[in-house]
Amino acid sequence: MMKFSYFPGCTLKTRGAALDRCGRAAAEALGFALEELPEWQCCGAVYPNARDEIATRLSSVRALMAARDAGTELVTLCSACHHVIKRVNGDIRRDEDIRAKVNNYLKPEAPYAGEAEALHYLEVLRDRVGFDAVKQKVAAPLAGMKIGAYYGCLLLRPSKELAFDDPENPSVMEDLIRALGAEPVVYAMRNECCGGYVTIENPDYAKKQAQRIVDNAKALGAECLITACPLCMYNLRANTDGSLPVYYFTELLAKALGVDGEEAKQA
Amino acid sequence: MIDMMEQITRIAGVNPRKCMRCGKCSGACPAYDEMEYHPHQFVSMVENGRIDELMRSKGIYTCLSCFACVERCPRSVEPAKLIEAVRCAVERQQGMDRLRPEAVPGLLNPDLPQQAITSAFRKYRK
Repeated sequence: MMKFSYFPGCTLKTRGAALDRCGRAAAEALGFALEELPEWQCCGAVYPNARDEIATRLSSVRALMAARDAGTELVTLCSACHHVIKRVNGDIRRDEDIRAKVNNYLKPEAPYAGEAEALHYLEVLRDRVGFDAVKQKVAAPLAGMKIGAYYGCLLLRPSKELAFDDPENPSVMEDLIRALGAEPVVYAMRNECCGGYVTIENPDYAKKQAQRIVDNAKALGAECLITACPLCMYNLRANTDGSLPVYYFTELLAKALGVDGEEAKQA
Repeated sequence: MIDMMEQITRIAGVNPRKCMRCGKCSGACPAYDEMEYHPHQFVSMVENGRIDELMRSKGIYTCLSCFACVERCPRSVEPAKLIEAVRCAVERQQGMDRLRPEAVPGLLNPDLPQQAITSAFRKYRK
């Protein structure tokens, strides 16, 4: 069985529990193991754009080192955790100055030079499991559902660092939707920003961002949206007219695999 | 002593002099209407040393860090990093935090993800 180190992140233990619970149940059904890192710390929540910030990169490095030491790739489900951890890993690989300062600070037994590989769960589905294999495991196809994939910012950009998908015309979630037996709805705003953290200090501004995404998806025929990010989920629900249901992609994945029952909920 | 412009480019780790004024950053920016200095102007003002004006602008708090400008910049100037650097220059001063812990309980609601608070703390406080 394929084994991965797993970094859930703060929100997946609390408000975003469905993203985590369904992701784990689906992994089991698809035959790969997610082994939660012991004593993981917050990823840092946002990538430190300031090149001179070291302390805000350290928790990501600790998670990456733990995965390296376990000899496994490091999987995240939350778009934000994935974004931060993958970019910090890139910093360590590319930027000698950051690497030296981080290692001076942490003094690990084996210095960290970016040996671990950070993967998003969607990358595991696409590149390690394969959508054909996912399709074969689908027990309850989502036939007739018209689903809009909402990517937002953090999975895709900057593409040079994330190397996740085409940043302007992504396809990984549409391919997943097809594998689950549903119909993907491609709409223009699927890679635009939901408003992110500005909802804290300026909900009106966040509402403007989120509503235009929902309006555009609806106009193109979407009946619901899927996302990989708890903050996008919040903005698309709380900062819109609520006219489109929003799910985590793992919720629909678990449903199609037939593992979204009570056992999964208690897991 | 290094001047403010030098400090900003050091924090950002990018070079505003590489900008060729194509305006793709502003064309891509979802926060365009929420900034008095749009991303291409912001870059030019850093280059011209107009840091004080930028430090007083509200645009440093309305940038969403969505990286659309970073993605589309053909010259790797990465405006979002310059905006972040100016915000850092403000918030790293004593007493200049934008968000204080005492304010957090009043901002919470039962659906708000923890991630929103941690992100806001990282953005609005040093």
